Amino acid sequence: MMRILSGDSPKSAVLAVLLALILLALAFAPFLFPGSRSLETAARICIFIVLVASYDLLLGYGGIVSFAHTMFFGMGAYGVAIATARMGTGYPALATGALAGMVAAGLVALLIALLSLRVRAIFFAMITLAIASAVAVLVSQLSTFTGGEDGMNIRIPRELTPAFRLGEVMGTGINGKILNYYLVFFCCLALFLLMLRIVNSPFGRVLQAIRENAFRAEAIGYRVVLYRALATCLSAMIAALAGSLFAIWLRYVGPATTLGMEIMMDILLIVVIGGMGTMYGAVVGTAIFVLAQNYLKTLMGGMSEATSALPLIPDLLSPDRWLLWLGILFILSVYFFPTGIVGRLRGTR
Amino acid sequence: MTDAAPSHAPTMTKLPLAERLRPWLPVLLVPVLIVVGYLIIPSQSSWLTLTVSGLAMGMMIFVIASGMTLVFGLMDVINFGHGAFISFGAFVGTTVLLALGQMTGAPSLLLNLLAIAGAVLAAMIVTGGMGWAFERAIVRPVYGSHLKQILVTMGGLIVAEQLIYVIWGGHEIVIARPETLKGAITFAGAALEKYRLVAVGVGLIVFLALRLVLRRTKLGLIVRAGVENPEMVQALGYNITRVFVGVFIAGSALAGLGGVMWALYQEVITAHMGNEIMILVFIVVIIGGLGSVEGCFIGALTVGLVQNYAAFMEPKLALISNIALMVAILMWRPMGMVPVVKAK
Repeated sequence: MMRILSGDSPKSAVLAVLLALILLALAFAPFLFPGSRSLETAARICIFIVLVASYDLLLGYGGIVSFAHTMFFGMGAYGVAIATARMGTGYPALATGALAGMVAAGLVALLIALLSLRVRAIFFAMITLAIASAVAVLVSQLSTFTGGEDGMNIRIPRELTPAFRLGEVMGTGINGKILNYYLVFFCCLALFLLMLRIVNSPFGRVLQAIRENAFRAEAIGYRVVLYRALATCLSAMIAALAGSLFAIWLRYVGPATTLGMEIMMDILLIVVIGGMGTMYGAVVGTAIFVLAQNYLKTLMGGMSEATSALPLIPDLLSPDRWLLWLGILFILSVYFFPTGIVGRLRGTR
Repeated sequence: MTDAAPSHAPTMTKLPLAERLRPWLPVLLVPVLIVVGYLIIPSQSSWLTLTVSGLAMGMMIFVIASGMTLVFGLMDVINFGHGAFISFGAFVGTTVLLALGQMTGAPSLLLNLLAIAGAVLAAMIVTGGMGWAFERAIVRPVYGSHLKQILVTMGGLIVAEQLIYVIWGGHEIVIARPETLKGAITFAGAALEKYRLVAVGVGLIVFLALRLVLRRTKLGLIVRAGVENPEMVQALGYNITRVFVGVFIAGSALAGLGGVMWALYQEVITAHMGNEIMILVFIVVIIGGLGSVEGCFIGALTVGLVQNYAAFMEPKLALISNIALMVAILMWRPMGMVPVVKAK
């Protein structure tokens, strides 16, 4: 067990139970929560866990703020979409697309890292923000290549679609959609464990040292720029793979679902609220965030109606304004719980 | 004491031209760019139109970016929430202008300018106040940690943007320019929009005023010294934190002014307009050299011109051209065009 987790135990009973619950719920989601909507939510949670964890690798372990993470996510997704559009439906196309997206993301990340990190780590945040928004505009304009604002539909092999039926297990019909879910689930699990391995390796320790004190790490003899650039590349490549999975799952890719600034903000909020530099924070944070997104909005809608007689308050409580409260929670958690939910559960501040 | 001085006069060889030009290269960039634009754009009148609109855009970006770059230089604080001040400025200014509909609709230049002045004043007071609150509540607790600054100011941006939705609703607001600033004048065969000329004028005034304050007044001296070595200024008995708060408020108010100018330039405002402009602002402060007002001015004009020329030659290239410009300048001068010298 410890070997699988790379020796990084949850170090808190509550956290361990929480993680086990999330793992079990996701592993048996098709049977526990039948219905396509809950399966959709479960797959989204799986993919976002990987995406957020890969961002945590950069932000929590490397101490680098990037705003281009959705760009890499989108590269993976568009890689699959463009490859299937060009090569025809089939597994080779999916694999080629995912691989191409991953390589492209790694190269672009390396270029950005070398350009900005060698000067000042703070440039990285601004440069990624500028480049990511330029790419988002470019993708929506190059409509012949990327489908523009409409995005692209992806034709995936028949075995992964609901039309493919296998029989019944425990009263639930097994179809291609469920196979597709398990493809997503196991890939995400493997990627997450891989990242756990990376952050607990000597490489991860050096990253943490750089985060704590870059000057000292350089003095000990580690090439700070090199390590930071490598972390950037790794996190970009994993984000691209998550994007490929997302594209295969949704069978659609468009600028709003993969490249939007809103997704970037969601990732940032999840990492900080879940707990920076813990990896498990990504799991707990994503699960809570996605569930909250679904249920908190309903609650806020109810409260907004209940207070409709008062001025301004219903507007503040309207479900569309949930980001307002999340933003406040975010600021407070940066001040008071810089280690997030996981840090609190582990009892470290 | 034997020989006094050597008998020969030392020969002062003049440095070659290239060497002497080097410190001036950033300053020369803008005129060079305008000349290049003249050469590649086939029609003279469209060149003139593009140059004026590029300068207008650059001036507006400068007004917005100057505060941010100074705040960074002075206190090493990077404010990602600066975009919120732009949006708030635009919304407050627009609200005032819409309320003064009779003044903006009248065909009198004086009344129009008064209305704009009122809008600008209201916007600057609101964003200045916001800047004060922002500095107190959001930035103050995280001095010294860039990572937290970026995160917290981003959070502040989200909250501010949501507040705009709460106060003004989610839809975009259309705002017409005042009567006398509509339309264009024809000069040497080129149509020059009146409003753009006003924007260039306002930007120039802000730049000159900033420069005057920074170079000629005691306050400016303290600010410049603070950028170079805050501890020393503190040790000499000046409260650098108070100076910093003042600069932060002034920078926020300038962002509000820029927001109103941008609103009248685009004639439509949305809650996320600040974020879109911030992308250009970031490019400008990076290529100008974080902390340098002069660099920011040159950078803003360069970005405005390049964007307009590129949009004319190949519309899809407009935003990419700025990224390419940033990459090129960072390769040439990694610390920006006018690097800020920190005494450490």
